[in-house]
Amino acid sequence: MSVDKRIVLDPLVDTNPITLQMLGICSALAVTTSLAASLLMCLALTAVLVASNASISLIRKQIPTNIRIIVQMTIIASLVIVVDQLLRAYAFDLSKRLSVFVGLIITNCIVMGRAEAYAMKNPVIPSMLDGLGNALGYSLVLITVAVIREFFGTGGLLGYQLLPKVTEGGWYYPNGLMMLAPSAFFIIGLMIWVFRTWKPAQVEKPEYRISHVHRTELS
Amino acid sequence: MSNDSWQKTLLVALVLCLVFSVLVSGAAVVLRPTQEANQRLDVQRNLLLAAGLAEAGAPADLVGELMGSVEAQIIDLDTGVQNTEVDPDTFDAISAARKPNTSQALGSEEDIARIKRRANMAKVYLLKKDGQLTGVVLPVYGSGLYSTLYGFIALDADLRTVRGLKFYEQGETAGLGAEVDNPRWLAKWPGKMAIDETGEPKVEVVKGGANPSSPMIAYQVDGISGATMTSNGVTALLQFWLGPDGFGPYLARLKAQQMEAS
Repeated sequence: MSVDKRIVLDPLVDTNPITLQMLGICSALAVTTSLAASLLMCLALTAVLVASNASISLIRKQIPTNIRIIVQMTIIASLVIVVDQLLRAYAFDLSKRLSVFVGLIITNCIVMGRAEAYAMKNPVIPSMLDGLGNALGYSLVLITVAVIREFFGTGGLLGYQLLPKVTEGGWYYPNGLMMLAPSAFFIIGLMIWVFRTWKPAQVEKPEYRISHVHRTELS
Repeated sequence: MSNDSWQKTLLVALVLCLVFSVLVSGAAVVLRPTQEANQRLDVQRNLLLAAGLAEAGAPADLVGELMGSVEAQIIDLDTGVQNTEVDPDTFDAISAARKPNTSQALGSEEDIARIKRRANMAKVYLLKKDGQLTGVVLPVYGSGLYSTLYGFIALDADLRTVRGLKFYEQGETAGLGAEVDNPRWLAKWPGKMAIDETGEPKVEVVKGGANPSSPMIAYQVDGISGATMTSNGVTALLQFWLGPDGFGPYLARLKAQQMEAS
């Protein structure tokens, strides 16, 4: 497989930002109650991450080390505001639903994490691919979680009712827990378990073990 | 020049700020007309929802068409008389409430909705069918727990029965206070009495749920669980705007006109 392809494909499972790097969990909990909102969030994050990685990589040789974090923040924050403005102009209803979470892409650890870990050290094209790959990895988890939560929480997807709800004369009792943040924790936890069973290389070495004390001498 | 010299640091910071401030303000300026059109459409859609004329998510052209059947009027809140000198299309209630010459400060006794100042004029919407008044939509706003709730209350032709209630802007806690937006909760409103025979607003949101055997049940709506402060805010803003400091004089005048006509 070519290097460029691996930059994009690795973050899908092997170095997934959420399940392996444990970044961007906050928004994964917050917006995944509905698939439509999650899709929009993924789109917004992809745009921001690709653009921020590109622009940071473009000026990486000019950035003074002592102000690099604030430079990254300025770039990311500006891009997020532009995306937020675009959503308000062209996807008003959804942006109203996402409310503060679009703005919170600024604090999404994936964006700064990739800027600091990759874009500061690599040329523009690979940096963009890295941004795209990580955004797709994030989207993969977000969409999976959103499908599970919306389907079991409301009995429908994207607003279409698939299972007839009890309150509307059907048989399905919507699972209220799915609408609350803890359910996302459970689903992400289970996904991490599945990923690590499939790819044992992801399992970290334990930092310490409880040692067994062998008593050889009994008084 | 080394990257870490103070000159270079300052230069990079300056250029960066310049470039990105142009980008951000450029986006804001270019997109503003579209955003404002969206906002206007959203407010109108919510107005029609409160009046029960349109469904949620009604397309833009339908909203425009339905708005054509609604008659907007500017009224003087203290007297309730229509003011024909102000154009309803350009009247901005929010900015009118901020300016000292078009608004008045509210004393702490009067200010139950916690809005500090009230504009002298307001925009009301008359619903008519074959020249007959079938209802009236009034803009209301007031403080919830964290944010100001903006919405519309629609009254039936008797000017006492609630026809519908809808908020178009609020920033309450998601899942708790933000449930004021929940269609199922809002569906409890139509048919409730807002104002008693003497013209006094009696409608209230009751914590824990309204008691069906209470004599006041016609005026009571179940509270939202986990959102007592927001529910109290809704009660306060409705009582304020339907009361003597809000649309009370206007509603009394409208009622008198109805009596005369019949």
